[in-house]
Amino acid sequence: MSLETVQTDAEGYLANRDDWSEELAQEYATQMGIELTDEHWKVINTARAIEAESNSSPGLRKISKRSETPIKAIYQLFPDGPAKLVAKIAGIPKPKSCL
Amino acid sequence: MTDSGTEKKRSLSVICSKGSFDMAYPGLILANAARMAGVDARLFFTFWGLDIVNEKKIDHLHLNLVGNPSAPIPAMIAGLPGVEAIATAQMRKEMDRLEIPPIREFVEMLDDAGADLYGCQMALDMFKLTKDDLVPQVKEVLTAMDFMDMSEGAQIIFI
Repeated sequence: MSLETVQTDAEGYLANRDDWSEELAQEYATQMGIELTDEHWKVINTARAIEAESNSSPGLRKISKRSETPIKAIYQLFPDGPAKLVAKIAGIPKPKSCL
Repeated sequence: MTDSGTEKKRSLSVICSKGSFDMAYPGLILANAARMAGVDARLFFTFWGLDIVNEKKIDHLHLNLVGNPSAPIPAMIAGLPGVEAIATAQMRKEMDRLEIPPIREFVEMLDDAGADLYGCQMALDMFKLTKDDLVPQVKEVLTAMDFMDMSEGAQIIFI
């Protein structure tokens, strides 16, 4: 499954979470001009884990606390709208949280 | 969209003019939501809104119950000494349960998120305060005109 064939919603979030793969995340990130490092993966995997447990796409504060990545660092890793970027790359829906 | 067809970056200006506990949050939450979505955000604290970034007051903001038709208790009781403090403590507890950060932490979070915080010159003069009385996250003290100039093209929200 690549970005061209995979189904997304109107805002570009993955339509089916089962379609997600690390390669797809990589493709998404490249498209957004982000080169994924271990730091990025820690944030992405944390977001996926929280979403899987709670069935609710988390906001940045939760991801920051759980991944022990400061808010400031998340903004540096995913510049220009980190909440949306993380959710898209992690293949989870648009965050339901305002924080 | 501009005439040239290139997309202009969205930006949000929030004017915080109220200093009660319940009126502090909306502006902070909106600015934070903007930053999370990649929208530039700046906040202007004026009049009572200065309390939100006043080093001495930031941890002690109170709910406003008197004259608030949404208050959960009758106005006569709401006005009694200590009642607002109790109600505020209860609300703090509830917000803590929902993992909504206290105001000081929220202001730090906004700063980390790259939102710009400004104090209002006239309000500072009126309350006989200086920038040193404000929390360090406040970047600068401005006149309303300065704030208008930097808000060109921004969406403005007054709270």
